[in-house]
Amino acid sequence: MRGGVVTRDGIIAEVGETVREGDAPEGARAIDCAGDVVAPGLIDMQAFVGEPGAEHRETIASATLAAAAGGVTTLVSTSATLPPVDDPAVVDFVLRRARDTGRVRVLPMAALTKGCEGKEIAELGLLQQAGAIAFCDGARSVKNALVMRRALTYARDFDALVVHFAEDPDLGSGVMNEGEFAHRLGLSGVPREAEAIMLDRDMRLVALTGARYHAALVTTTLSLDALRKAKDEGLVVTCGTSINHLTLNENDIGDYRTFLKLKPPLRHEDERKALVGALSEGLIDVIVSDHDPQDVETKRLPFSEADSGAIGVETMLAAGLRLVHSGDVALMRLLAAMTSRPAEILGLPQGRLQKGAPADLVRFDPDAPFVVDPDALHSRSKNTPFDGAVLQGVVKATVVAGAVAYET
Amino acid sequence: MQIGATQAYFPHRHLLGIEGLTRPDIETLLDMAEEAIEVSRRVDKKRSSLRGRTQINLFYEPSTRTQASFEIAGKRLGADVMNMSVARSSESKGETLIDTAVTLNAMRPDIIVVRHAHAGAVHLLARKVDCSVVNAGDGAHEHPTQALLDALTIRRNKGRIEGLTVAICGDILHSRVARSNILLLGALGARVRVIGPSTLAPDGLSRLGVEVFHDMKRGLEGVDIVMMLRLQRERMAGALTPSAREYFHFFGLDEEKLACAAPDALVMHPGPMNRGVEIDTAVADSARSLIREQVEMGVAVRMAVLEALAQHLPNV
Repeated sequence: MRGGVVTRDGIIAEVGETVREGDAPEGARAIDCAGDVVAPGLIDMQAFVGEPGAEHRETIASATLAAAAGGVTTLVSTSATLPPVDDPAVVDFVLRRARDTGRVRVLPMAALTKGCEGKEIAELGLLQQAGAIAFCDGARSVKNALVMRRALTYARDFDALVVHFAEDPDLGSGVMNEGEFAHRLGLSGVPREAEAIMLDRDMRLVALTGARYHAALVTTTLSLDALRKAKDEGLVVTCGTSINHLTLNENDIGDYRTFLKLKPPLRHEDERKALVGALSEGLIDVIVSDHDPQDVETKRLPFSEADSGAIGVETMLAAGLRLVHSGDVALMRLLAAMTSRPAEILGLPQGRLQKGAPADLVRFDPDAPFVVDPDALHSRSKNTPFDGAVLQGVVKATVVAGAVAYET
Repeated sequence: MQIGATQAYFPHRHLLGIEGLTRPDIETLLDMAEEAIEVSRRVDKKRSSLRGRTQINLFYEPSTRTQASFEIAGKRLGADVMNMSVARSSESKGETLIDTAVTLNAMRPDIIVVRHAHAGAVHLLARKVDCSVVNAGDGAHEHPTQALLDALTIRRNKGRIEGLTVAICGDILHSRVARSNILLLGALGARVRVIGPSTLAPDGLSRLGVEVFHDMKRGLEGVDIVMMLRLQRERMAGALTPSAREYFHFFGLDEEKLACAAPDALVMHPGPMNRGVEIDTAVADSARSLIREQVEMGVAVRMAVLEALAQHLPNV
């Protein structure tokens, strides 16, 4: 669709094919997008922003600059900071830091359990009133089914969204995907069942409690089967996967490349293809960057000693466009998983090109190629799994609430 | 002066694993090692092919025989050998592997021999230094010189490797010895079986081109070589097998189980042995045991490896 967008006071005033050059109100800045794609600014439902406590890895200033450069206008921050976001004062801190130093919107998730320890329910009501958008324990599973049941039950009273990283911590104690490649490298494996067992349990608890549940990051066909069944049964469940699991597989670890060490681990190519199929059909609702900046010292170690995690907010769109260029996923479907679907799940007004919606926009050339240079990325950490990769899709401008947050 | 009169070409700068070696590469090393055996059996064992070179044995895990074997091999070739046991020095002060590598590199060694508890650690170190690197065992990944010495021992006793059936028994999952042997024996045309309980020998290992058995007597039927592995004590009690006595009952090598193998089958073990856990003393000390010969072959193979890598060291 060709057309134009008019924004006024941070809101989309008009949008559509009927908006033409010359329709701009007097005094407005007119931008000729010259055939580039204009989309709603992306919403990344899972990013670690470093504050409080890990400012050597990332700050809200650097994370939101990277986000703006990647076309992301809303960052949902994870709760496993230091201290964790399990106190209303910490929610307030993140919101204030975002207001003062952020270039894009930052919406903090708060802890589901105190200290993200999986033992006692956090103050969900007070945290929600302080501005928490959803509840998660970072990349930690609530192992105790009784605690999880209570958290889900209690969350329902506040219509709060529970975002859960489903992986059995014992079965999931390996360092890469279980299988032939792990055997060859002599590394301990994480079976797909580590994720599926926890997700199966969660689906039963959701059925029992009626809570709103979002599976933060699924990576296996077993999980997809469980989610399909739950959705068919009418449970209020949604799920996300990471851009890494959609575009990379375990073989990319190659010669023990620690930047490819992720949690959950990169899987077999068959699983990746199944994830892409599930995204295409809409079973997977959301794509997240799972942005997890790690400093050099925690990555320059033998593979099993190194920390997990990869940065990704800045390259999420371009990496996702790989799936569009390969013909596997339609552009509109890809964008929906990064814009309107997360907006619906989180109950946000942005994420759509609609009159009256917040004027959060991204302009990008979907075909322009570039080589990923870690030093050119804006994150404070450089642990990108796409180091040296050729991607297509260059962000030209990012607009948050009608103001330019990034422009090339 | 070289070990032998002629020296075959070995096209690698490091020896990080058996993976990546071709059959001719492996045969080159075995042939060089044959000559090193002769050298080691003379009164004057000293050669000069590594004279002036510095060899550092960097061991992050305690080791007696492998470290001694590398030290003797280096000294017989004329190298100055230094042993570093990092388990008790730098790492306890918090220095990372890479920092240690960079520090040692600045001392201009020619060859670093590394053992580390984590898979891939030796690859990581090799990327940060200018000299040749030999993997003396990295986690559960590879232990290439052990596989080479095993192959040399088999070849000398059976006259060939191609067409033999070799059973590797025990904790396959966590064994770098098993992994390197699977790759090497496969490359030289042997049929490889692995035998162990499913917790230590998972069926998925068949993807590496081996046959997996969980019944030792069936697995040993007709095999030419029985290769036992050491079972670490912490893996015995409750975690992956219920107890040492249950393990020995089902997977310890005794005369009765060995009777299932070919009549001329030979027994190997990389050492150190847990007598009465994975191997019965009578079997370990019998005429069919090659265990002591393996140790001698270890020195010869390591001499061959060091000399092969020295081909690529700068000569000015």
